[in-house]
Amino acid sequence: MASMRDIKRRKSSISSTQQITKAMKLVSTVKLQKAKVRAEQSNPYFESMYSTVVSMLGRSETVNHPYLNGGASGKKAVIVITSNRGLAGGYNSNVVKLITEGELKKEELDIYAIGSKGFEALSNKGYHIEYQNSDMIETPTYAGALTLSQQLLGAYKNGEIGEIYLAYTHFKNTVSHEPKLIKLLPIDLGDAELSEEEKKVQMNYEPNEEEALDQIIPKYITSLLYGALVEAAASENGARMQAMDSATSNAEDMISDLSLKYNRARQGSITQELTEIIAGASAIS
Amino acid sequence: MAEENKIFQVKIITPDRVFYSGEATMIEFNTTEGQIGVYKHHIPTTTVLAPGVVTITNEEEVLRAAVHAGFAEILGDQVTLLAEIAEWPDEIDEKRAEAAKERAEERIAVKNAATDLIRAEYALRKALVRIEIKQ
Repeated sequence: MASMRDIKRRKSSISSTQQITKAMKLVSTVKLQKAKVRAEQSNPYFESMYSTVVSMLGRSETVNHPYLNGGASGKKAVIVITSNRGLAGGYNSNVVKLITEGELKKEELDIYAIGSKGFEALSNKGYHIEYQNSDMIETPTYAGALTLSQQLLGAYKNGEIGEIYLAYTHFKNTVSHEPKLIKLLPIDLGDAELSEEEKKVQMNYEPNEEEALDQIIPKYITSLLYGALVEAAASENGARMQAMDSATSNAEDMISDLSLKYNRARQGSITQELTEIIAGASAIS
Repeated sequence: MAEENKIFQVKIITPDRVFYSGEATMIEFNTTEGQIGVYKHHIPTTTVLAPGVVTITNEEEVLRAAVHAGFAEILGDQVTLLAEIAEWPDEIDEKRAEAAKERAEERIAVKNAATDLIRAEYALRKALVRIEIKQ
């Protein structure tokens, strides 16, 4: 059995770790609240943007537009949104796994890394990093998303990249976050179907359909990016809060286990001392 | 037509918030094709916004706001403006707008190869809209 002093030292080290994880949990709880509010506020914009674009494209099946057809290049750009700091459980590695274990081929990818954790993980694995920005995730702004989307769309138009993907963590609610890989361009309508009522409305476009698409799709991409940034920030804090919560309760378990061991060791040493004294006393008499 | 039939829903949404959501009898705004005014039962239209003043008229009051860039979806009984930036007059700092105007004018006047003329003009228009709505 470990000595009393060893157990005591171990216990105090664990309890100081516990204090740290507890404090981190509190901090991320506060940050989560803020990030959650932001995510909720930006949601209406994103939702109506999505429904408008879906209904526009749903009605105009004949439109021939570069944003809908895909670029000539085989290169694929992937925007990877991770955090700058660790200690958030599987938050960062889950996003990275989407890329390393997904169907995308390593040679074809240009990584646009937002947040340093994803950048480090992917560049260690030998991925080509085209762009890196770690400030954007700290304070997601629409202007930041705009700069990035303009850069991407520029490369798309010049034929440097043929497809654009986005990997981020979707914020479902405080306890559940889901890593997601979505295709931004060319736009994939997927299973989005228009209701009969919506199909009946004959939509007009000013200036004309193609020019309107030209203007609206970049805004759509930007809003998706912004939405992803805000959600990722909320997910990060949610994930960290959970990780720190379980770390704190694990520390609690370890401390109670060690207290038991400590008391046993103390009891043992007292019993031993008593036995020695009694044995000594009976030897004298 | 009865009075209440003139009312339709207006929503102005920006990335940060739902800027305005309510009823109106008329809304006017600036598009890339020029100023338009919308009443109820307008033909369904999607149009691109240009920096300008949005005027919402409802039964009690007339609201004015500055809107820069975005697009509008007009349906018979609902108008949705998705704007990148939208501001009420009391949210605008006039001094900053004046300064931005001067900066943009300077950039346009100098006209060297390095200046992005389109961006400078866009900045100027934004500043002018902000100043206009303040007055």
